[in-house]
Amino acid sequence: MKQKLIVVGNGMAGMRTVEELLELAPDMYDITVFGAEPHGNYNRILLSLVLSGEKRIDEIMINDRAWYDEHGITLHTDAKVTQIERGTKRVLTRDGRAFEYDRLLLATGSDPVMLPLPGHDLPGVVSFRDIQDVDAMIKAANTYKNAVVIGGGLLGLEAANGLMKQGMDVTVVHLMDTLMERQLDVTAGAMLRANLESRGMKFALSAQSEAIMGTDRVTGLRLKDGTEIPADVLVMAVGIRPNVALAADCRLHFERGIVVDDSMLTFDPSIYAVGECVQHRGTAYGLVAPLFEQARVCANHLAQLGYAAYKGSVTSTKLKVTGIDVFSAGDFVGDDSTEDIVFNDPGNGAYKKLVLKDGQIQGAVLYGDTVDGAWYFQMMRDGTDTKDIRSSLLFGQSHLGDSGHGGENAAAAMADSAEVCGCNGVCKGDVVNAILDKNLFTLDEVRAHTKASSSCGSCTGLVEQIMASTLGGDYSATDKEKPLCACTELTHEEVRSAIVREDLKTIPTLMTSLNWKTEDGCPSCRPALNYYLLCAWPGEYVDDARSRFINERAHGNIQKDGTYSVVPRMWGGVTTPNELRAIADVADKFKVPMVKVTGGQRVDLFGIAKSDLPAVWEDLNNAGMVSGHAYGKSLRTVKTCAGEQWCRFGTQDSIQLGIDLEKMTWGSWTPHKFKMAVSGCPRNCAEATIKDFGVVAVDSGYELHIAGNGGIKVRVTDLLCKVETEAQVMEFAGAFMQLYREEARYLERTAPWVERVSLSYVQEKIVIDEDSRKILNERFLHSQSFAQFDPWKDCCTDADKRAEFEPLTEVGQA
Amino acid sequence: MSKWIEIGTLSDIPRQGSRIVAGPDGNIAVIRTEDDHLFAVHDRCPHKHGPLSQGIVFGHKVACPLHNWSIDLSSGQAQAPDEGQVACYPVKLENDKILLSMEKSR
Repeated sequence: MKQKLIVVGNGMAGMRTVEELLELAPDMYDITVFGAEPHGNYNRILLSLVLSGEKRIDEIMINDRAWYDEHGITLHTDAKVTQIERGTKRVLTRDGRAFEYDRLLLATGSDPVMLPLPGHDLPGVVSFRDIQDVDAMIKAANTYKNAVVIGGGLLGLEAANGLMKQGMDVTVVHLMDTLMERQLDVTAGAMLRANLESRGMKFALSAQSEAIMGTDRVTGLRLKDGTEIPADVLVMAVGIRPNVALAADCRLHFERGIVVDDSMLTFDPSIYAVGECVQHRGTAYGLVAPLFEQARVCANHLAQLGYAAYKGSVTSTKLKVTGIDVFSAGDFVGDDSTEDIVFNDPGNGAYKKLVLKDGQIQGAVLYGDTVDGAWYFQMMRDGTDTKDIRSSLLFGQSHLGDSGHGGENAAAAMADSAEVCGCNGVCKGDVVNAILDKNLFTLDEVRAHTKASSSCGSCTGLVEQIMASTLGGDYSATDKEKPLCACTELTHEEVRSAIVREDLKTIPTLMTSLNWKTEDGCPSCRPALNYYLLCAWPGEYVDDARSRFINERAHGNIQKDGTYSVVPRMWGGVTTPNELRAIADVADKFKVPMVKVTGGQRVDLFGIAKSDLPAVWEDLNNAGMVSGHAYGKSLRTVKTCAGEQWCRFGTQDSIQLGIDLEKMTWGSWTPHKFKMAVSGCPRNCAEATIKDFGVVAVDSGYELHIAGNGGIKVRVTDLLCKVETEAQVMEFAGAFMQLYREEARYLERTAPWVERVSLSYVQEKIVIDEDSRKILNERFLHSQSFAQFDPWKDCCTDADKRAEFEPLTEVGQA
Repeated sequence: MSKWIEIGTLSDIPRQGSRIVAGPDGNIAVIRTEDDHLFAVHDRCPHKHGPLSQGIVFGHKVACPLHNWSIDLSSGQAQAPDEGQVACYPVKLENDKILLSMEKSR
């Protein structure tokens, strides 16, 4: 017999938990849901849009009745659960029925706070919480003229905006002297107020309500100072309070909300709770992202998997109040131990304030231009030391250079037809429609459905901004330490440290010991694990070709038509007539459709069939050439300029140094591709300052530059240090590569890695601490002693490996 | 009646790997999963025609090497939210010999 799960609350948190549970264990429970409202489950976040007339109710439904039927869920709407009998494990409903449970999930949400003013029960006084409230407001707007909203926070302003759009004359009454004081500082609050006033909204700030006037229906609001404001509708939006009535009644432990542990279990081992009704580690959340996170954890435990843990959320509010972009996160007020950096351009309606403590972001308020909210929030959560980028911090991430979406960075101003994601050709309208039609809440969901921001990721900030403006007041970026992939809860760092700590040396043993959720992983984790094991156990770990992307298995780049491109190594970009002749012969013999010079000073042969690859390699091998690794997450190329050997400006022998560097580093696997260059003078013809490791020779020695890249986000390198000898260049390069190999996440290039851990950290490990540098370099060279073999030759001479390039057989007509 | 064609032995295909069989309507990818199930699908992703034989095999699925669509090997269907269907062929193992039928099952 199946166990019985009863869910009290048919709102977003409860139903999200059920959805997650159905994914994990579809047949474990007989599920019964009680909802106080007469509907299926709807998207409460979008109520503001219903009020402002931009959406209809049916457009914000998440799960209709058919969905409940389809999943065998019994739904009782208009059904109030009045009592929980914990002793007999039953819930009782208002109409006197009793239902037994094995597990009970409380998702009773929150109640709007209603001020106990005289007249608060008059018709026309409403809260702003559910469909019924919105219906009442819209009906009133059709008949009446004047509205008052008590509460100048998020919800209040959204209600006021909606009523204004419905044609009403609206006054917002707020106890504090600044709007949205929980999200905005005084300056941003004043800018918001000025903007709303210019749209016709009226305000009474520092105003205390005294009484609601009227006899049969509300007619106005009287303030303490005697002012009377006419009102035919009065909306109370002064806050919400976790709904703990049921818990209190059955003496289930609660404080402000129902107290739960990290598995979302209450003090009763059969009762879980999620959503706005709970209190976790002292905090009750009212935003959707933490609720969904809780739902995921709770479902994991309901499914008896038992490994997920909710550790609380750092929330940010990135919301759009009536066409104005506002972002807020963390402690944006600060104290004696913090400093503020502020950008204020009232003429352009832009204001940014960051609160820093010891170089780390503690909080942020952005008004008008919020595109960098996600970036600041990320650094805040990661505790990134910002002192290296402090001078340009306020100008935003795009200050580093950007491409792919035409510098567009204000979602509100974009037309629906404007392209957001240049990789996948996704327009703003596509994203907005997907969010609304498919009820998407998280960035990952938007990526899966629209492909926006799923390739290069440079438009992620913009997509998040569109989500914020579409979902309105309740959207917030999820705060979780990203697990490595969906197969595990562990982060990249946790997996890497477990590999060493638990002596894990193969992918299957790793997956078993670390409780992987899938039998044999997925295309995200397998290549990462293969790399991490390879990096941790040089010479010992047996590379798993099946966990490598095809390019690294076929030692060439797969092209859109399924053919491959072949790039032989040319050390330091130097070649010979013999090599060129051999390349030309290969091109003729295999009818290569195109021969192209690459950006890394190599020659690329395009359009080679997979079955021809071994023969092509054999010919190139015979002419003394080896794989150029142009396909791998590995050392790619070392680009050089002419240098002092030829150039009249050259100060050092850049060509030879480039060759030496390439001979030392080729064959190494890295978290992402790794490119180098050596320029012989500050004119920098080898473009060393947009490379992962760049050397610029000067008369007195060598400048070492790190963490640059061209491509999606052009990033100029940071200067690591200056050294005097070529031997030092080699040692620093080896140490830097090894630090990157050991500490960056798989598929993280040097630029985001250094931005994450900070330049100072890398300098500490490589420049200041000599021992650390020497040890890193030694580990690099040790690893290289196993890595430097030509994979082409290896494939050509190993019959098993070679066989894979051939069809198994040919078959005729059926 | 299916006409079964012998195309090789199990050891010709590595676990989590695949080999192609050249057929009259293009290549067929014969895929062996970690748990030694065999599947045969048209070697052409429904999205942009990437060769599925070159993808990473995980569970009973394969990820297309071009744009990472996941194809369920038993149904030939792309995993949601992507939508598409790739043709499947019956394949079976008899005494270590792999037998393939050219009559599409889907």
